[in-house]
Parts: sequence; C-alpha cells; structure tokens
Amino acid sequence: VYRLHGRYHEMAPNVVPMDYTKDPDVKLPMQLIINMPELKENPFRERIVESFSEDGEGSLSFNDFVDMFSVLSEMAPRELKAIYAFKIYDFNTDNFICKSDLEKTLNKLTREELTAEEITLVCEKVIEEADMDGDGKLGFADFENMISKAPDFLSTFHIRI
Amino acid sequence: DDKEEDENEEEGSCSQQNRASRRKNYQRTNSDGKKAGEEGSRQREKGKKAPTKDQKESENKGRKTNKKEKEGENKQKTDRKNSTSSASSNSSDEESLSEEELAMLMEQVEQKKKLISTMRNKPWRMAKKLSVLREAQAFVEKFEGALGKGKGKKLYAYKMMMAKKWVKFKRDFDNFKTQCIPWEMKIKEVESHFGSSVASYFIFLRWMYGVNLVLFGLIFGLVIIPEVLMGMPYGSMPRKTVPRSEQATAMDFSVLWDFEGYIKYSALFYGYYNNQRTIGWLKYRLPMAYFMVGVSVFGYSLMVVIRSMARNANESTADGDDDHFVFSWKMFTSWDYLIGNPETADNKFASITTSFKESIVDEQESNKDENIHLRRFLRVLANVLIICCLCGSGYLIYFVVKRSQTFSKMQNVGWYERNEVEIVMSLLGMFCPPLFETIAALENYHPRIGLKWQLGRIFALFLGNLYTFLLALMDDVNEKLAEEDVVKNITRWTLLGHHNSSTENGSAVTPPPLDPADVPRGPCWETTVGIEFVRLTVSDILVTYITILVGDFIRACFVRFVNYCWCWDLEAGFPSYAEFDISGNVLGLVFNQGMIWMGSFYAPGLVGINVLRLLTSMYFQCWAVMSSNVPHERVFKASKSNNFYMGLLLLILFLSLLPVAYTIMSLPPSFDCGPFSGKKRMYEVIQETIELDFPLFVAKIFSYVANPGLIIPAILLMVLAIYYLNAVSEAYQRANAELKKKMQMQREEEKNKRNNKASTNPMLQDLEDLFTPSTKNESDSKQAEDKKTESPNKTSPVGKQGKAPVLPGSPMTGGRGAAFTPPPHVLMTQPPILGVRPPYLGQPRPRGLPVVPVPGRGRGQPRY
Repeated sequence: VYRLHGRYHEMAPNVVPMDYTKDPDVKLPMQLIINMPELKENPFRERIVESFSEDGEGSLSFNDFVDMFSVLSEMAPRELKAIYAFKIYDFNTDNFICKSDLEKTLNKLTREELTAEEITLVCEKVIEEADMDGDGKLGFADFENMISKAPDFLSTFHIRI
Repeated sequence: DDKEEDENEEEGSCSQQNRASRRKNYQRTNSDGKKAGEEGSRQREKGKKAPTKDQKESENKGRKTNKKEKEGENKQKTDRKNSTSSASSNSSDEESLSEEELAMLMEQVEQKKKLISTMRNKPWRMAKKLSVLREAQAFVEKFEGALGKGKGKKLYAYKMMMAKKWVKFKRDFDNFKTQCIPWEMKIKEVESHFGSSVASYFIFLRWMYGVNLVLFGLIFGLVIIPEVLMGMPYGSMPRKTVPRSEQATAMDFSVLWDFEGYIKYSALFYGYYNNQRTIGWLKYRLPMAYFMVGVSVFGYSLMVVIRSMARNANESTADGDDDHFVFSWKMFTSWDYLIGNPETADNKFASITTSFKESIVDEQESNKDENIHLRRFLRVLANVLIICCLCGSGYLIYFVVKRSQTFSKMQNVGWYERNEVEIVMSLLGMFCPPLFETIAALENYHPRIGLKWQLGRIFALFLGNLYTFLLALMDDVNEKLAEEDVVKNITRWTLLGHHNSSTENGSAVTPPPLDPADVPRGPCWETTVGIEFVRLTVSDILVTYITILVGDFIRACFVRFVNYCWCWDLEAGFPSYAEFDISGNVLGLVFNQGMIWMGSFYAPGLVGINVLRLLTSMYFQCWAVMSSNVPHERVFKASKSNNFYMGLLLLILFLSLLPVAYTIMSLPPSFDCGPFSGKKRMYEVIQETIELDFPLFVAKIFSYVANPGLIIPAILLMVLAIYYLNAVSEAYQRANAELKKKMQMQREEEKNKRNNKASTNPMLQDLEDLFTPSTKNESDSKQAEDKKTESPNKTSPVGKQGKAPVLPGSPMTGGRGAAFTPPPHVLMTQPPILGVRPPYLGQPRPRGLPVVPVPGRGRGQPRY
C-alpha cells in the first residue's frame, strides 16, 4: 500500500497529499494514470482505468487506484478478475460484449492490421464459440464460462507493481 | 501487494483468535449446532449489526481516524488494545451475558470473520470495502475479547510468514529456472515475428543441442580423454604414427582439410586406439569402454527420443477440449498485462496478429471445398513426379560413388574428382527440396499438411542418398578387407624379414626396433569410413552456411540496397526476400544427426564437431532469420507437438543403427588398428571382459542368458506385451473419444436448453403483457367472436375486421419471435396498420383465422 501510495503521489506530486489522515477528496485524471509505465503499453489502458474509476470518466481516487491494483494482483481470485475483465472488454458499458466491442478489442490487439473481412470472421467465430444463450452477444455468464476454461487467463491478467 | 499481505496477516491473526475463542466456547456451551445455517442468514445479520455498529464506530473513532495506508499499523495497534481493553470489558461482559447471547455473539463474530476473509473477492468499490471491513473488524475485535484471547498468535504469525516466504522463494526459483533455459529470449523473439512454426524449428535445434552435448560428454569423458591421458603417446606404435611416405605432406593444409595426415592418426578416429586391454594405472579397459560407449550412444539417443515423444503425446492428449474457444481465448487472454516494455509490446502485437492470422487460415481451410477429382489427379501426378526425382537422385549418387572408387585408384586426380561425391550430394540436397516444393504447389494442401508431405519427401530423398552412399561405402569396405589380407601377409613377411636380417647380422644383439613409421600397414577401413563421415558432415555444414549467406543474406542486401536504383520493385517483385525454409532446415538437422550417430562409432571426434556446428548454427540462423528473411505469406501454426520431427529422428536413428550393428556383429575389424584389432569380431571384447574380469559364475550366467533358447521366448514375450498394451491403449482411446462426444452432446443440450429458456422467457413476459391489456379488450374481442359466430359462412373479410382491433401488430401471423415486442397497447395507438392489411383480404388465408382469436381467448398458444 505504501508503495502504491508512493506511485500515486509521484504521478502528481502537487495534487496528492502525502498523508491521508485528513481524508482529502483527490482524484487523478486518466491521462496521468495511463502514462504509468505499467500501463503505457497496454492496448486497453483507457478501458482499464475507466472501468475502475467510480465516475466512469477515468479519473481515479486513491481508493480506486488501490482497487485496480488489488484486482490485477496475483492474489485476486479468478472470479473477481473475470468480473473486471468483462468490464474492461465491454467498451460501450451495456453489460454485454457485443460485436462492436469485439471489433474494438481486436483492433486494439492487432493494431488494425487485419482486414475487415478477417475481423468480422473472427468476431463471428468468437460469438459462435462463446455465446451460450444465442442472443448474438456475450453476457457475463457466457464470458465467465469461457474465461474460466482459458488456461492462461490468470497468468496474463495481472500487473505487478 | 503490501495491502494484501496486511490483510492476510490480519486474517490470520483473526482466525487464530477465532479458533481459540471457539474452542473456549465449545467447552462452555457446546451449543454450536447453528453454524450450518449461517450462510443464509447474512442479510439478517446486517440488520442486527446496525445498532452495534454505531456504538463501535463511536468507540473506535479515536483510533480509526487514520486512512487505509495506516491500516497496517492500525491493526497492530488494535490488536494490542484488544488484549488490553477487552480484558477489562471482558469481566463485565462475561457476567452479564447469558449463554444464549454468547452463542449468538459467536455466530455473529464468525460471520464477520468470514466476511473479512472473503472481502477481497467481492467486486465492490474500495471505499465500500473499506467501510465494511472496518466495521467488521471493529465488531470482531470488540467481541472477540468477550469470548477469549488469542493464544499462540505469535507462532501462527511466524508460520504465516514462513509460508509466504516459501511461496516467494518458489516463484523466484521458477523465474530462475526459466532464465536458465538457453536462448529462450531469442526463440521468443523469432516466434513473435515468424510464428510458431519457425520457432518450433529452433526449439528442435535447441533440444538437439542438448542431446548432442550429452553424447559429447559421454564420448569425450570415457573414450578420448582416457586415451589421450593414459594411452601410449603418438609415435610409439605404427597405428599412431604417420607413415613415412606421407610424412612430408602430413602438415599441409590441403591434406589436413581432407582429414588425412596428422588428423587421420589422431584420437579423433577409430584407428588411433590401441588394443591393449587395460591402460594406465587405473587399469582402464579402453576397448571395452569404447564398445560400451558406442552402444550407449545409441541407447541414450533412443531413450531420449522415445521419452520426449511419449511426453509430447501426453501433452497433446492432456488438453483435449481446447478447440471450443480458440478465438475467444485469443481475443481475451492473449494480451499479457505484464508487458511494460515498448519492444516487447511490439513483439506481442506482432505475435498476436500472427496468431490470429494462423487461426483464420485454419478456419478458412476447414471451410473450403473444391473440385475433388482435379485435385486428386494433380496429387497423383505430383507423387509420380517426385518418385521419379527420388529414383534419379539415388541412381546419380550410386553412379558417382562408383566412379569415385575408380578415381581413388588412379593417382593424380584433381580436386573435383576427389570431392565429387560430397559435391553431388550437397547439390542434390540444395536443389531437390525447392523442386519438390514447386511440385507440391500442385497439390494445394493445407500448409501444415503440406509441410509434412514435403518433409517426408525430402526425408526419403536424403535417406535414399544416404543409403546408396552407404552401400557404395560397403563395397569399398569389402575391397579394403580383401586388400587387408594381402597386406597382413606382407607385414608379417617384412617383420619376419627384419627379424631374420637382424639375427643374421648380429646374433646376440636384439634386433634394432623398426621405426613405427616404416611398418607397412593395412588400409584400416574403419578410419576410412570415419573420415568419409566427417568429410560429409563438414561439407554439409559449409554448404548450409554458404546457402544461408548467399541465398538469404546477400540476396536480402541486394534487394534492399539495389532497390533504390532498379527498374522494378525488387522487394515486391521477382527476387524479393527469402522465406525461412522450415522443412529443409529440419530435415538437414535430422539427416545430419543420423550421420553423427552412424559416424560416431568410427570417428569419436565427430560429435564434438557436431556440437560446435549446432552451437554456431543456433546463433547464425537466428541472426539470418531476423535480419534477412520475411515471414511466410501464409502463416500457419505449428502442430501442437513436434512429434513428427521426433518420428523422423527415431526413424533415422534406427536406420543409422543398422549399419553400425552390422559392422559390429559381422565384419572383422582391421588387424592393425583400432581397439578391437586382433579379434575376429568387435563384440568379442565383451566376452573377453566377462571371462577375464568377472568371477566364473557370471560368465556362466551370461552364457545361459545368451542362449537362443532363452532369447527367443523373451522376444516373444515382449511382442505379446506390446500387443496387449497396444490393445489396452486403444480401448482407452475409444473410451476417451466416447466421453468427449458425450461432453459435447451435453454442451449442446445445455445450449439448446438455455436457448429455449431465453426465448421462452421473453415470450412468457410478452404473453403476460398481452394478458393484462387483453382483459381490457376482452369485450372487443368478444364482440369480434360474436360477429364471427354470427356469420361463419361470411368468410374472411368479416373475420378480418373482427380481428383488426385485437391484433393490430400482428405480423405475428408470420410467427416471428420479434413480433412479440410490440405489445398489445401498440394496437391502440396504431390502428392504421389495418390499412396495410387489406391486400391480404382478397386471398382466403387459412392461417389468418386461427391466429385471430389468440388474444381474444386470452391465452397465447405458443405456436411460434
């Protein structure tokens, strides 16, 4: 926690007070957070920060900040990670991962190097594979079912700080 | 992490206290049966907590003003206070509380503790978590005291700490282990740019290097070093001396390059070794060791290959139902959140893109279907062509080897004639694979299967070449054996003559020893064979490297730099960059390894050369790939296990075992060179050792065991065992397949069930929606029905009218699920829909009628 606070402080030394005994209400804007070296290369950095921020705008209070790293730590259980992973991949926050979300994910993952047909093909395949209730989009149940069988989800979905 | 640890510790201490208190409680009340019901009662609990919470809050306010980063300290503090303050409150509480209340409290405390321990797993915001946590902690803290003190807390904390340390140590150790794997980074880098198939080649290369290193250690440690240290020095006897006639040129580079001269008479080759039974003060039995090492090289390789094959097979069966979520997993779990380095990120992006492309290609392949007859014809044609090529190359090699034997009898032959065999073989190896590849383009297989075919064909080519080479060599050996007999006589005669002359000259004087260089000697066919193999290996290495240098690097440079001033685009057009030729490289490696296995018996130094080769080629090829190759146009994934490579390797191992075994068992070794000289067969060294070095009964046992009467039943038994095991594994496989099918079925079923549920649920809802307004409409519909009943013979128009107000949004007639969405009240607002309908009116529609009364009856028959 100390280390986290140190990191939080160091991102905006003038805004964040060193001690929290007085319970100040400070938030950091997204721009600062996503420039952390741990997040800088992550294609989903905006989404990560957004899904952990309380107001949905991407600014994080220290509580949110700690929250983020506790979820992304190694100790967090699979279900918790799955919940947040779902949030992260749900770009338009409608509680479903639909095709447009998938396309965005794919584009971020491949830096838009796939052609349009390939993208649609992949998205269709994903939906076909993981969609259990046949509604053409992935609800959380689908997502969790899929992710719980993935072998390397736990090993890849964490950040060490 | 720190936070977690804090929490953990706290949990630890809490639960420890908890346990202690529980124990106490057991003693007191024994009324603990309610625990089972706890789970359900959490909500209730919350309500109960409310009042107590306030008290606590006020109590603890003084302490708890600190924020979360102080929590760690806080906890300790509270723990301490716990022990002090609770002691005081303890006494009063204990008296005042009755037994039942105590039990209740117990329950609550348990609850809270559970809450605390599972806190981390709840997807709440941190703020909420914090408040709940604090609350729960305070509660526990307060009443824990009432129930008992934590005992052995220190011990527990210590244990926890040790456990944590142990976990950390294990993790570090794992990291260390992965760091120890050589070239891991290099291979990963290649993989990210060129896909898993190219990387699989490098992994194979690395594995090969490991195996060769062991073989090298075996041979050097047990054969070469003892010989060099303890054997007789160079020049002490004929077999260790360069003959007089060659001495003048023995140091020339051109001679050394052909592995003649001093190199021929060194420990690198079979001929150098002496047939002394024991050497040095250790009484090291060198011939025996030589033989055993020769055998164990094969044994070890066989074991390693088979073991890794078995492991691969296990792995490939272990993750059976992988293929359900290929794309989803790629999509959601391929990004490694740990990546924080721009270069790695680039690599990762590249590799993710590649892997997506791989799967897309796979997917597309599986969906394709075309003209089968044409393709079949083309495939047959291609195979015929390739068989022609194979036969041609086999004949060519046989021809060349024959010719080289005539050349070797002539005196002054040029450089080309001497190296004709190697040159022709290398050229064949260079030009046939591309030829095959062109032919294979006719077949239009999936790249992965195509690769296997290609590998198989090139393998056949190499094998054919190798075996023709061996046959020709065998002819050579037979000739040498005949020659040897002649030389043997000459040697005896010269020695005799020498003796005679010396005895004639001075009777008492011992004959002056003949200079070892002057002794006439046999051709020593083993050394010749060894030299042949070494030469082949070296020329193979050179050809490989030169091909890479010229074919890839120079070409890449040319394309890159001349492109600025050329009339067409070189990069996209004709020469372009080279692709990495996996099949050729793998085959080269396998083939080379086969030669090493075969040759290492005759030339112990060969393995050393091979180790060097593998080491350099690892770096060289990595560099070449990264600098001057482009990824395949059609990227594809390597099959999961590289068992195919292993299968090839096993085959070639077996095939290279054959000639060696043949020479050991049935050819007489040369009489004047090598560790087995003077024996009739090489394997006699074992019998000799057993007879002379072991007690008698061992020899007896050995002779019994070697009895064919025992060996044949043993072999039979083995065959039967293999048959049995095979049958068992087949049965297992079948059962496995069955189970998988069942699982698949179950999945489907579940899917269907869910589908039904999903579709029925909204339907029911809609129906209910329908229901309520339809009661309002009841009267309307009644009227309609009335009308209908009034005029049943008045056919559709009337019916339609009657239905009109009831079912305005009834495209329902189509039976679409979507039609449910417009609920009945739409009908009020949109009567004009009627206007659309009239066209139907003219046609007598039988379906129209049954649908009409649906809402009227108030029951939506789920016919859709």
